[in-house]
Amino acid sequence: MTTRVSKSRSISRRRLLTTAGVGAAIAASPFRISPLRAEEANIKIGFPVPLTGPYGTEAQDQVRAAQLAVAQFNDAGGLGGRKAELVVRDDKLNPGEAATRTLELVEKEKVNFVVGSLSAAVQLAINNVTKERGIIFNSISQSDAINQVPDFSRFTFHEALNPHMTSGAVGRYAFPKFGKKVAFLTADYAFGHEMVRGFLEVGKAFNIENLGDFRHPIGTTDFSTLLPRIQALKPDILCISNFGRDQQIALRQATDFGIKKTTQIIVPVLSHGSRVAAGPQAFEGVIGGCSFYWGIEDKFASTKAFNDAFRKMYNGKLPTDYGALGYGGVRAVLSAVKNAGSVDTDKVIAALEALKYDYYKGPQYYRKCDHQSVQSVLIIRSKSKGLRNESDVFEVISTEEPNEAHLRTCEELSHKA
Amino acid sequence: MAGLNLDLIGLQLFAGLALGAIYVLFAIGLSLIFGMLTVVNFAHGAFYMVGAYVGLYVLMLGGNFWICLVAVPLAVGLFGMLVERLLIRRLYRRGIDYPLLLTFGLSYVMVELVRIAFGKIGYPFDTPELLQGAVNIGVGYFPLYRLFVIGATAAVLLCLWLFLERTRFGLIIRAGARDSQIVRVLGVDISRIWLIVFGIGTAIAGFAGLLAAPLQGVIPEMGSTILAEAFVVTVVGGMGSIGGAVLAGLLVGIVISLSSLFVPEMAKVSIFALMAIVLIVRPQGFFGRAGLMS
Amino acid sequence: MDEMSRPLLRTRTARTNWLELATRHRASLASLVVLVFPLVMPFTALAVNVLIYGLYALGFNLVYGYLGLLSFGHAALFGAGAYLCGIAVVHFGLPWYAAIAIGVIAGLVMAALMGVLAIRTRGIYFAMVTLALSQCVYYVFYQAVDWTGGENGLRGINVRTIDMFGLRLDFIDPMIRYYVIAIFVIAAFFLLSRILASPFGAVIEAVRENTTRARASGYDVTLTRLITFVLSGGFCGLAGALQALHLSIVPIEILHYDTSGIAVMITLLGGMGTFFGPMIGAAVFLLLENLVSAWTVHWQLVVGAIFMICVLFFPAGIWGTLSPREKP
Repeated sequence: MTTRVSKSRSISRRRLLTTAGVGAAIAASPFRISPLRAEEANIKIGFPVPLTGPYGTEAQDQVRAAQLAVAQFNDAGGLGGRKAELVVRDDKLNPGEAATRTLELVEKEKVNFVVGSLSAAVQLAINNVTKERGIIFNSISQSDAINQVPDFSRFTFHEALNPHMTSGAVGRYAFPKFGKKVAFLTADYAFGHEMVRGFLEVGKAFNIENLGDFRHPIGTTDFSTLLPRIQALKPDILCISNFGRDQQIALRQATDFGIKKTTQIIVPVLSHGSRVAAGPQAFEGVIGGCSFYWGIEDKFASTKAFNDAFRKMYNGKLPTDYGALGYGGVRAVLSAVKNAGSVDTDKVIAALEALKYDYYKGPQYYRKCDHQSVQSVLIIRSKSKGLRNESDVFEVISTEEPNEAHLRTCEELSHKA
Repeated sequence: MAGLNLDLIGLQLFAGLALGAIYVLFAIGLSLIFGMLTVVNFAHGAFYMVGAYVGLYVLMLGGNFWICLVAVPLAVGLFGMLVERLLIRRLYRRGIDYPLLLTFGLSYVMVELVRIAFGKIGYPFDTPELLQGAVNIGVGYFPLYRLFVIGATAAVLLCLWLFLERTRFGLIIRAGARDSQIVRVLGVDISRIWLIVFGIGTAIAGFAGLLAAPLQGVIPEMGSTILAEAFVVTVVGGMGSIGGAVLAGLLVGIVISLSSLFVPEMAKVSIFALMAIVLIVRPQGFFGRAGLMS
Repeated sequence: MDEMSRPLLRTRTARTNWLELATRHRASLASLVVLVFPLVMPFTALAVNVLIYGLYALGFNLVYGYLGLLSFGHAALFGAGAYLCGIAVVHFGLPWYAAIAIGVIAGLVMAALMGVLAIRTRGIYFAMVTLALSQCVYYVFYQAVDWTGGENGLRGINVRTIDMFGLRLDFIDPMIRYYVIAIFVIAAFFLLSRILASPFGAVIEAVRENTTRARASGYDVTLTRLITFVLSGGFCGLAGALQALHLSIVPIEILHYDTSGIAVMITLLGGMGTFFGPMIGAAVFLLLENLVSAWTVHWQLVVGAIFMICVLFFPAGIWGTLSPREKP
């Protein structure tokens, strides 16, 4: 009797699992009936971004702006009637996942180009996959390594700024203005080191006195062990070279320790997302660099056009720094396609190298040896009063014009002439 | 080394104490739950994070920080008891790994639910006005709020000690930790005890999260880093020992604080190496009981 | 009595026949599935990931399912295999087969090191020690930036052609890559099956079932545990090496304890202590993740909830529930 009862219970569990399993397999297999696919002719741009995770909001902004670029391309007739399509994938901010997604985009979706992502490790992973398969990749987030051998390849393009440019620009603005005694608080990983290197190089020209580089492990939540020491040195300037949550916490705690009373804090990159997450108090008075701020629409017609189109498409929302990069990255590739008159990789590479463009922030072009987009760097300061709207969190206090001399030389990056 | 002197070391020690205080609170909950229920609560970090978010929510509703100090542990503790009653209780019979595995999955679920409710981007959490600013503590200026954290932790420890040592309920808890079979034989409903202990443990974790919020802001991922580090504290101090958790928590805070003075890169490796060494040489930690779990 | 028992006997015989057949030829059966697998997966790279994570879980299962020890440090074995294979290719320019061999050896050595330190601890402490040790490994590899690339990961593991059996195969082609990797996984199946069917395999399970009795019967329990752990390291190291070649990068996240957690989840989901469980778990887990990610960004909620449901209601996992072991 009991055996029968337990048998029936276990059978129903098994049956449940089996049916569920079969259902899932059918749903997931490529043998399901799908509508007639007219997208064979579409120009596909793979777009892996971290929709999951702490930068999900930035990633969604990138997607929105990229879709705007695609829509504009299609509305203008595409490539002789051939439309473009954005294929978005979630890379979960994990390089291994990003590599898998890129493989999916290249092998299954058969994308023509890839644009993305966010985080240095992830873009390097994507780049490794695309360059081995001869697919153009336009990276839209910061990294110094991607311009260098051995990561670089002729298929690799870099629309975003790199740490050297950003810290250089901020240094060139701040060092003559605030004093010679400079202390550094740096996150102990590649990105942090790259930023400090940029600062120190610029600092040489201004004869700064390096009071010390205080390293902290990435992911530190408590700077109380480092800040008192820094304060004791009485620096004129404190350069905090880290990113994301590290930066938010460091700035908040630096404010708590009262460092701002005697020292000017500068950071290489100020991002909209971080400013919103950490709030006005922590960011008050901090000066940093960024690639884009919607507020420059007074200066550039292209910015105004971009802002207006974005506002129209997305209910009055304004694009952020990351969004603009998504737009620029995709639009540059599509323009090159149009100029080349084809999606052939070699022709598009040539077209990108020859491209001189102004899509959202003023004049830009790609340097030939490392495909770095030579562009302006905006020096911005956080605002807490007189906000015109919810996006008005920064004011642009200076602009460094695009100049190849501010990049590391091709030789430094080990490029053969 | 730039600017090194006795005052600075004194300041560093104080910073280490404040750092350690949060570890202590977090680890005490873990240790209590393990000592009483022999459950490794992998979701402890998630409860910590939930505490911070509950505090945020109370502030959004118009409350102030002082209300949070009471509301947060209550809310998180109640939630913890719900989890124990509905989920963990089913698994006691199954073997020691299952509650661990369940809490591992639970942490994913809790973090994602918070992301859905509050978004991914994180929120600033302002230090309450009364506690802003820095105070001269002799060796230098030290943020007032951190002194408050040290004080609040000491207060919680005192209350806990009084509860465990001076009340009948605390007596039952201590007896249950020593031998749950006998306590059951003596007619005490051990499952109710476990429910309450789990509630207390998670309540303290939530409280720790609230205290940490003005220091680092609030994001859904804030529980996972501290979890790994808190395992070190619990293991070194002795799983199941409150005193051990306190000492080890402060020790870890000070070790991190001082090592960032001399060898910052080794800070993280050293605490996990310490954990491994303790586990190999003396698995019960400083004050844990030998053979507690096999 | 006879009337009642006869139909029961009949069904039991039919079922055990099927089960027995599957168990006797488990390696071949698994290999067969592997060979046709890419046809049911949405894209080949996912199928490769299933193979790799399945192998990783297979190694983990040896220690958790068959030996009964919960380890939270298997990421170190997986990651060591991946990194050392990658380093062999990137920094030493070794050919692919040498790199894979080095990956396996790295897994064995790492497991030996961790095992020697951890194996005397018991119960929940074993999970904690392995967690702590693997975190140490994580930070050490993180700091060794010149070898591992640190936070940026190890890039440049670009193997374009594989010379095998006199053929020059294009490793970039997804199908070829799948079948090359499948060859190694199939070899691992047969090896694992051999180990489990051997007397040593019986000792492993004896130790799990009743440690005191095993010791009383004269078996060296500690040595058995250590050897099993090391063997497990070999399988995980192989999985890691294959992943390094597949993705052409090794991310630092591979050494984080979340990766250890994935081994646990996959094995539990599929069915611990069973031969087919880990592979099934890997297929279901990765497929589910792929499906759910396409539909919502809150896939962690779904995965976490499913895992919890498994722990609560289906602890035997998918395969364990579908094919319950008949007690004699």
